[in-house]
Amino acid sequence: MNAGVALQVLQSILVVLIAPLVMGWVNVCRAWLQNRSAPSVWLPYYTLAKLFHKDAIIAHTASPLFRWMPYVLFGCMWLAAGIVPVLATDLPFAPAADIIALVGVFAMARVATALAAMDTGTAFGGLGARREMMVGFLAEPAMLMTLFTAAFISGSTQLATIVDTLAHREFAIYPSLAFAGVAFLMVLLAENARIPVDNPTTHLELTMIHEAMILEYSARHLALIEWAVAIKLVAYMTIGFALFLPWGIAPAGDWGALPLALAALGAKLALAGAGLAFLETLLAKMRIFLVAEFLSTAFLLAVLGMLIHFLVHA
Amino acid sequence: MLSQLVNLLAALLLLIAFAMLAQRRVLTLIKLFAWQGLTLAAATAIVAYATGQTHLYFSAGLTLVLKVILIPWLLHRLIDRLQVKWDIETLLNIPTTMLAGIGLAIFAFALAAPIAQMASTITRSTLGIALASVLLSFLMMIVRRKAVPQVIGFLSMENGLFFAATSATYGMPLVVELGVALDVLVGTFIFGIFFFHIREQFDSLDIRHMEKLKDE
Repeated sequence: MNAGVALQVLQSILVVLIAPLVMGWVNVCRAWLQNRSAPSVWLPYYTLAKLFHKDAIIAHTASPLFRWMPYVLFGCMWLAAGIVPVLATDLPFAPAADIIALVGVFAMARVATALAAMDTGTAFGGLGARREMMVGFLAEPAMLMTLFTAAFISGSTQLATIVDTLAHREFAIYPSLAFAGVAFLMVLLAENARIPVDNPTTHLELTMIHEAMILEYSARHLALIEWAVAIKLVAYMTIGFALFLPWGIAPAGDWGALPLALAALGAKLALAGAGLAFLETLLAKMRIFLVAEFLSTAFLLAVLGMLIHFLVHA
Repeated sequence: MLSQLVNLLAALLLLIAFAMLAQRRVLTLIKLFAWQGLTLAAATAIVAYATGQTHLYFSAGLTLVLKVILIPWLLHRLIDRLQVKWDIETLLNIPTTMLAGIGLAIFAFALAAPIAQMASTITRSTLGIALASVLLSFLMMIVRRKAVPQVIGFLSMENGLFFAATSATYGMPLVVELGVALDVLVGTFIFGIFFFHIREQFDSLDIRHMEKLKDE
């Protein structure tokens, strides 16, 4: 149990610390692919340090909700990162929340962000919040269906149990998991405000979703939000690894496998970051009304994956 | 292992059926149809290898020649000659069609489950998928307004039926398959001639105009 607690603490700190690095790596890959000279991989850390040293400016009309939101958001993302088995499945936190509760944690962060965005009463905040809720309500069912497919295969909604089952089965082709994987990728792009749905680097009023919501924030609040966004990306990536590439995650009680798990995590994150940058370079930003079609396709794929599971494996 | 591969190809077949349902362009639709034929041929060949049924090799080859090469080529020529450059018009918007498609797939799976339990083939679990792709092609024929996508829907329905025959009873007798293949080819030719006549008559390939032909 003590070993588990130590592992839990180690994992939670590790995820929070490497999250900006992953963000920086994605940006570097994107710059390389687009023939720009790349910024430093450590740039997100410098940005965070700079923002923490500035004085926060808050609108006179803002309610306390506006101040709390960054902390709620950061807390939610940190909690989510603590639930997902990143390095090992032996996490004392994990039984506290299964995959459905995990989706709930993400939903709570979204609600907090949207409320805070509308709080100051600016036009952009309301616009961003509405768009974010539209994307969210389309992405959430698809996400749940994806998770259910993996849950049906392993017979549990606990992420740790899913990883244990999926990593230690004999090799078999699961068409249902392939469908769920593609659906999950589409949800990941939408939920993390990546390119076909939202552009994380733009401040153009017609297209921005996430950036419109956090336009009023500055200094330490903005730093916390940016950090939370990075943690969210890492959390989603590690959920993807847990479901679709569970190899290398250390099983319960096996401390010797930990260095291997660390190396596997690093390799997977590097590859996933490069892949994300590649996808973002390849795709163009969609019109906002096409997002509904994009996410309904994700939902369709996830449902098909689940149905095929019943048909083929039952 | 081989039956898993067939399952994977079956899943791919269903995915292509949905992609065809969602597709807005005629050219891409023809490409998807060719891919569907290729998947079908691969699945048939694997079933033939797994069960030692030699006549299935012939039907796989027939599918490859006819539905991957010849008919897509004919359709390409046809839309070149007809200058069909427009995007496809649908009666329902795409997400609604997709949701209807999911409903159809669930219906087909439920329908096929008792039949599959009685069958003894290694491919029995794919029967539901075959039935679903037949129904999806049918849905595509219903929601499309123009003649060319309707014909592609018809042809892909034949693909689904073919796959259903393979998964339920390891295919029809070779004579029947040859006959069906010839019918499909001749059908494509006749449809091609039809297109020209329809357009000559109405200056459009929109089949709504044909409703005017009723006796008053």
